[in-house]
Amino acid sequence: MKDCPGHVSMDNVSSSLESPEAVSDPAPTSADTGETEIATRSAPVSVGQSGALAEPDTEPVKMLRRRNGRAVAGVAGGLADHLGLSVLWVRIALVALAALGGAGVLAYGLLWVFAPQQPAEAETATISTRERRQAYGLLALGIGLTIAISTLTGAISGWVAASLGVALVGVVVVWREADESQRRRWRRDLRVGDLRAGVLGAVLGGGGRTALIRVLAGVAMVISGIAVFVLSNANLGDVQFAVFSVLAALVGVAVLTVPWWLRLVRDLGEERRARIRTEERAEIAAHLHDSVLQTLALIQKQSDQPREVQRLARGQERQLRGWLYGPTGYGRSSGGSGGGSGGGEPGAEHAGPSMLSEAVAKVCGEVEDSFAIQVQQVVVGDCAMTEQLTALVQAAREAMVNAAKHSGENEVSVYAEAEHDRVTIFVRDRGSGFDESTVSGDRHGLADSIRGRMERNGGEVRLRTAPGEGTEVQLSVVVRGSAAAAGMTESEART
Amino acid sequence: MTEPQVGRQPVRVFLVDDHALFRAGVRTELDSITDEVHVVGEAGSVAEAVTGIAHHKPDVVLLDVHMPDGGGAEVLRRVRPEYPEVVFLALSVSDAAEDVIAVIRAGARGYVTKTISSQELVRAVRRVSDGDAVFSPRLAGFVLDAFSERPGAAPISDPELDLLTPRERDVLRLLARGYAYKEIASELFISVKTVETHVSSVLRKTQLSNRYELSRWASDRRLV
Repeated sequence: MKDCPGHVSMDNVSSSLESPEAVSDPAPTSADTGETEIATRSAPVSVGQSGALAEPDTEPVKMLRRRNGRAVAGVAGGLADHLGLSVLWVRIALVALAALGGAGVLAYGLLWVFAPQQPAEAETATISTRERRQAYGLLALGIGLTIAISTLTGAISGWVAASLGVALVGVVVVWREADESQRRRWRRDLRVGDLRAGVLGAVLGGGGRTALIRVLAGVAMVISGIAVFVLSNANLGDVQFAVFSVLAALVGVAVLTVPWWLRLVRDLGEERRARIRTEERAEIAAHLHDSVLQTLALIQKQSDQPREVQRLARGQERQLRGWLYGPTGYGRSSGGSGGGSGGGEPGAEHAGPSMLSEAVAKVCGEVEDSFAIQVQQVVVGDCAMTEQLTALVQAAREAMVNAAKHSGENEVSVYAEAEHDRVTIFVRDRGSGFDESTVSGDRHGLADSIRGRMERNGGEVRLRTAPGEGTEVQLSVVVRGSAAAAGMTESEART
Repeated sequence: MTEPQVGRQPVRVFLVDDHALFRAGVRTELDSITDEVHVVGEAGSVAEAVTGIAHHKPDVVLLDVHMPDGGGAEVLRRVRPEYPEVVFLALSVSDAAEDVIAVIRAGARGYVTKTISSQELVRAVRRVSDGDAVFSPRLAGFVLDAFSERPGAAPISDPELDLLTPRERDVLRLLARGYAYKEIASELFISVKTVETHVSSVLRKTQLSNRYELSRWASDRRLV
């Protein structure tokens, strides 16, 4: 059925390019998806069958079945929308055609199969209760009329009509379920799923038990309808033979089509994988665009300001590194170390780092960003953060800030070591240094932020500095309790 | 081979990196800032590197860790048995412990990151060509970590190789704190030569020890 939709539209495009008058060609001119093709082709066919309806519009638009205002499958509504008629008239016409030899039923079935549903985003008015009642009334009338007339004309007996009716209802139930499953799939946007779910999902669409029951009930109705039809028209021996031969034929077809089924399943899996890969690639591309490309653009703009360029480059490097190799990073296979919240993402501030190494990396990054200096950090060992260690890290941050502001150097070395009973952080620069006794009393950075904070938390500060010899601040705390220094994870060294 | 014999002979350096842009950058930097170092050749892949090193027989190979078909470790594995006198200095953007420890275990005499300044790079090249080891602060941190005593660690099988002496530990700590060799020497009241000896000894232990952490890092990269 889906022979070569692209081909037809290609021809159209080229012919319309060559001769302008070819545009008025009634053949499909909308050169988009295959769906268009199917819809436009099927519409004239069934309309032609129903006879009473005039030529389709010269400009073929997609005929879509209604999603919301529908009684059975939205065919009548869709047809009405397509032709610009009232739904009621379409339904009456269909019922009349159904009564007169069943053409209406056939038309309805064909349109159901070939016309796609409206996509989820299409906005439609919902059906009113009155209209719905009307539709159901017409439906009942149509069924009654069809049976009555066919019985009267003697085309088929009452038994046959009843059994066919049952089979028809079964078909309707199953087809409706197919529509539902498509809708559910739209809703869920069909994320990752395994192969089994894919095959089952094609039938059930993730509807679960109720969907299964509905489909089975529909199938049962179809089978019993056919069975009654067959039994009432043939004697038992014939039926046995027929059932046997049908089964044999089915088995034969199943065996013959095994490669095709396998390929279908494989293609499904392959397509799924391809989609996942595409999504992955899109995610990487988006990330690189948001981060690296933006930074590069900024760097180009500010290329006359080396400090700013360095700051940008360092910040970007840190962020990308965190994204790739951080505890929750992209390059990490899932799992890994449990307590990763930092991950180099600047957004994760509220959660707070849970390990010393992360906390140190975070404050180093902040200082690098704020002051356009390089902070060379090394962390040996690791332990879970406590209030005491938070104070330690904050004091270290203050020391880094001091170094950044006053040393005149643009590189600071930070070394943190977690031992069993003690955590030490060294912050060192090779800058100008100072004489501690000459620091004026109104400078609170060292006195309050570092010394005061450390003393309140049971730590100590040692300062080594002299004019011209750089500065080293040594901060250490004795860890209370033995719980510290316990968790040496494999992430400890990759700060 | 036709270099002028002015003072010390320039160190002949061979560059291995799969990024041509980076090779060009290092080459210009090294050639422009000093005549202590002379770049004799470069290679962009493992195979090129193996033939290039065999042809030029450089003093020092600056080796990228990450390359297609095996990376720096593969170059080390293929070249070192034949040319034990060629010294390797790893140069990489990666700061991951596996990478750093892996190239060291494969035989590199030092590890520096690509953000190193040109002067420091020249100093590092000079140092490895003199037979010493070059530890970036971060490498020192990794090694300290790998050799640290911690509860539940695997038992020590060879104390000679699996333990650091207190002095070596001090040296490593100062290295990790960003101290230069000279500063370490004055801090510990020892000579620079002694610092170098300690660092080389740590390098030897890092390469040869069977400590669980080291062999794990190495086996992650299938080096052992």
